[in-house]
Amino acid sequence: MSLIKLVSSVRKTYISIALIAMSGLVASAAMAADEEYKLVIKDHRFQPAELVVPAGKKIKLSVENLDATPEEFESHDLNREKVIAGKSTAKIFVGPLVPGRYRFYGEFNEKTAQGVIVVQ
Amino acid sequence: MFATAIIVFREVLEAALLIGIIAAATRSVTGRNRWLIAGLVAGLLGSALVAASTNAIAAMANGIGQELFNALVLGVAVLMLAWHNIWMSSHGKAMAAEASKVGREIRDGKQERSILLVVVGLAVLREGSETVLFLYGISASEGSGASAILMGGLIGVLGGIAIGYAVYKGLLRIPLRWFFATTGLLVLLLAAGMASQAAHYLIQADLLTYLTTPLWDTSHVLPIGSVPGMLLHSLIGYDPRPAGMQLVFYVFTLMVIATGMKFADRSGK
Repeated sequence: MSLIKLVSSVRKTYISIALIAMSGLVASAAMAADEEYKLVIKDHRFQPAELVVPAGKKIKLSVENLDATPEEFESHDLNREKVIAGKSTAKIFVGPLVPGRYRFYGEFNEKTAQGVIVVQ
Repeated sequence: MFATAIIVFREVLEAALLIGIIAAATRSVTGRNRWLIAGLVAGLLGSALVAASTNAIAAMANGIGQELFNALVLGVAVLMLAWHNIWMSSHGKAMAAEASKVGREIRDGKQERSILLVVVGLAVLREGSETVLFLYGISASEGSGASAILMGGLIGVLGGIAIGYAVYKGLLRIPLRWFFATTGLLVLLLAAGMASQAAHYLIQADLLTYLTTPLWDTSHVLPIGSVPGMLLHSLIGYDPRPAGMQLVFYVFTLMVIATGMKFADRSGK
């Protein structure tokens, strides 16, 4: 088998696995009632800059970027990174977390876009 | 300007290291440079395209399109690197022995070239699209002038390229006897690191829900934002707080490719 053929068949399998996974996700996401918390980005700042969430639970962060420019939600503490286009909302799953303070920031505007998630 | 340079450098570094290693590993493939550049150009064009469709990608698959996209790109790159390494194990020795007779490898080089194109293209695509978005973002928001942004971006790009080139040159100095073993090991670790990163995105997307708690935390000893942390992250997939599933992906990839290499090596004799 030529490489191209192999690659394309491997790729096909990969994509179909991804599709199956996706459809499974749509179903499970509809069922799972993860707690949702909202963050807003405005003028390159997070609002609220401090968010309190319960420990030991998976939570869904919904981050709405009201600015026209893209931002990257980044947190080494939470091990998360996601680009959020201008004027759009992204969701990010985090946790379950142990109590503590988890810093996050906007990588594209690090000077102003700072925040922390307090897990209690 | 300085902040711009650092962020761009961080993005470029990862792709530059990979390209440096791959370029060295394929030193005896004819027409390598042309394919490398083709991959680079394809990756840059793709970056602009991906950056422009950030919204559409993000909205896909119920809001986790970006994670799926990243995981998919990483997954394809892992497969390509695996193929490269296994193929190299069966041909590497012959190539090392006849490295001076370069023209000979046209037939064998064919597969290698398409891998080169795809791997380089994907690496540039992943890091490039974020750089494009970032540069667009700061140029659209006021504060620093266009020339400062341009300068910062340029310094960052050149810095990243310089390190990639240094790695490439350094690898070429390794005696041929150990050369293919060294690049093979580097590519193996690159692939395992990418697999771990793919797992990270799938966890973030909530597609992988098992073993998601961090196994350890070395962020105080070796933060990922530090230069050694960044280098190790790019080279061997270092993560200061890896989820259990990331380690599973890492070890699994490592073992599968290493086994493939062993078999190919044996059958190549």
